[in-house]
Amino acid sequence: MKMKKVLAVALAAAMVMTAGCGGNGKEEKKADSDKIRIGAIGPTTGGAAIYGEAVKNGAELAIKEINEAGGINGVQVEFNFQDDEGDSEKAVNAYNTLKDWGMQALLGTVTSGPCVAVGEVAQGDNMFLLTPSGTAVECVQYDNAFRVCFSDPMQGIESAKYIGENGLATKVAVIYDSSDVYSSGIYEAFVKEAENQGFSIVAAEAFTAESKTDFSVQLQKAKDAGAELVFLPFYYSEASLVLRQAAGINYSPIFFGCDGMDGILAVEGFDVNLANNLMFLSPFTPTSEDEIIKKFVTDFEAEYGHTPNQFAADAYDGIYALKEAMEKADVKADTSVTDVCEGLKSAMTDISIDGVTAKALTWEANGEPSKAPMVVKIADGNYAVVE
Amino acid sequence: MKKMSKTTKNNFVTYLMVILIYAAAQTMAVSGSMSSLMQGLLVPLCAYVILAVSLNLTVGILGELSLGHAGFMCVGAFSSAFFSKCMVETIPAAGVRFILAILIGAASAGICGILIGIPVLRLKGDYLAIVTLAFGEIIKNIVNILFVGKDSNGFHFSTKDSLSLGLEDGGKVIINGPQGITGTPKDSTFTIGIILILISLFIILNLINSRSGRAIMAIRDNRIAAESIGINITKYKLMAFSVSAALAGVAGVIYAHNLATLTAQPKNFGYNMSIMILVFVVLGGIGNIRGSIIAAIVLTLLPELLRGLNDYRMLIYAVVLIVMMLFNWSPKAIEWREKHSLKSKFKKKAEEV
Repeated sequence: MKMKKVLAVALAAAMVMTAGCGGNGKEEKKADSDKIRIGAIGPTTGGAAIYGEAVKNGAELAIKEINEAGGINGVQVEFNFQDDEGDSEKAVNAYNTLKDWGMQALLGTVTSGPCVAVGEVAQGDNMFLLTPSGTAVECVQYDNAFRVCFSDPMQGIESAKYIGENGLATKVAVIYDSSDVYSSGIYEAFVKEAENQGFSIVAAEAFTAESKTDFSVQLQKAKDAGAELVFLPFYYSEASLVLRQAAGINYSPIFFGCDGMDGILAVEGFDVNLANNLMFLSPFTPTSEDEIIKKFVTDFEAEYGHTPNQFAADAYDGIYALKEAMEKADVKADTSVTDVCEGLKSAMTDISIDGVTAKALTWEANGEPSKAPMVVKIADGNYAVVE
Repeated sequence: MKKMSKTTKNNFVTYLMVILIYAAAQTMAVSGSMSSLMQGLLVPLCAYVILAVSLNLTVGILGELSLGHAGFMCVGAFSSAFFSKCMVETIPAAGVRFILAILIGAASAGICGILIGIPVLRLKGDYLAIVTLAFGEIIKNIVNILFVGKDSNGFHFSTKDSLSLGLEDGGKVIINGPQGITGTPKDSTFTIGIILILISLFIILNLINSRSGRAIMAIRDNRIAAESIGINITKYKLMAFSVSAALAGVAGVIYAHNLATLTAQPKNFGYNMSIMILVFVVLGGIGNIRGSIIAAIVLTLLPELLRGLNDYRMLIYAVVLIVMMLFNWSPKAIEWREKHSLKSKFKKKAEEV
């Protein structure tokens, strides 16, 4: 018994020691490194892993292209992606790991909750943060934080405006995921804006992450309330079920979604005809004829064997935005974190990039991107941009 | 030293170990030889140690399997974060506010422990485990539908969405359903964490070695015999269970005040977490308080130290977990360790001489 305890204490002590020494070793390595180091955080395990993987792939593709083209300010870029399992606490651990590694700027985190937690720490360290897909308002509450995607309220407001201005419907039903920050954030902004747009919300039905397979109750309520349009602010995997079940009860209103809807045509076993006339806001369409997007999609498919979604596109643009801003701020491999942050903070508002999610993408000092959302309508099993 | 009983000595070793770990960590942090990852992990480590120690009271001393420990942590975390968020302007002194937050977290988790304990502790073994599991999930789900806002008219509650709170302009949503509480002040520090560990140890070790503790262990060892000598089973069971819950609440307070966002997800307050805490207890040794501390530290550090392995990280973590369990608890391994332990070698030498 005694032996076990001694051993256990020794083990714990050894762990503490190695951890401490590990930190030392890394700091030494940092001194002779001659690359610009960009860190990224997102879930590559757990329920949100597909988003983390997409961001990782998109960012790595951009880094590879940049390095092949000679790097940033003639300096090669090193990229390090750390897993946060979609958890705030793990995200802070991942952030600290990257800090030990010598990160100069952060792309991330991918999901909203962890992004707020990391944002708080990053603000304390004066670390520059650009989230590709953290949509919650608080993600960019400090002046060192910027984002590539739309914020939740903005998507809600834009959707309501589009529906109101084009007179798509007067009676609208909303189905949303109350356990998801993204979905409930859009829902709330949408309902608020609806008052100004002259249509009424006749049904607002929630579901949660635990009950996201059967939507018949919600759809029946929307049908009974006579809704002409059903707003679906959540991801495509659940939306494909909604569309199928709506067809089952012969209910065919206009369906309207947000950027999470992108990718619905690729759902396995999904009858694409059900999605005809489905409309959604999107910053990115993989089938676009635009040169930059075409190149991105072809390269991505060649590299990873599947079509990129909007997360990959946001990450790709995020890395290019960092490159542009770093060139403007003259960031080198030995620039300190604070100098990088101060430089990038002012450079971000000056740059304009032609990315895959928008043309002439620029940023405001409050961290929000200024890009116009496109409305995409599915026709004949294909995405098409509505002007 | 001679007069000290064996248990007192043993307890002092435990306190000393915590203090030594604190001294070592603090020296390293001050001298700057500690990585930021380790520095960031210090506060969560304190929370996990308290969780492991408190669950050991239920599992090891009371002898009942509880799978709802994360639920009590959740109660402590949300009640204290709610308090801190409301009081951040009224009580600007972080120290005073945090002490009050700890008391509130502990009290609310303790009360939940009593409320849940009254019906639940009538069950035994697997049944108790399942019901506590359900209660943990209920707590998590209630928190997820709870919306609380504050404006000049006072507090508003809703279980639907934050719009139906009907807040005035300038009103603040404090608990925003599934989005939880954002902007909790970061009051947790390593020093406070260590002090709380010491207090928890003090409470638990003293409870174990008191009259009540002996009664609790008597219930564990033989319920019928304990009842026959007049021990009030419900009272002592409830005592152990609620103390354990209150301490889990304290761990929740530390957890909540270390991060800027607090959301109740399966990952942090669901049964995954409850089982994780149980793993700390089982690995460290059921009923062995010092073992729980060590197991909690090792198992929290392990996945972080394995980050270098990237995608294989969680796989290796699981393999290490299996190997550690086998090493610690398989009969053959115990036999091998006894044969090769330093102590037995010394004994042999002494015999030879």
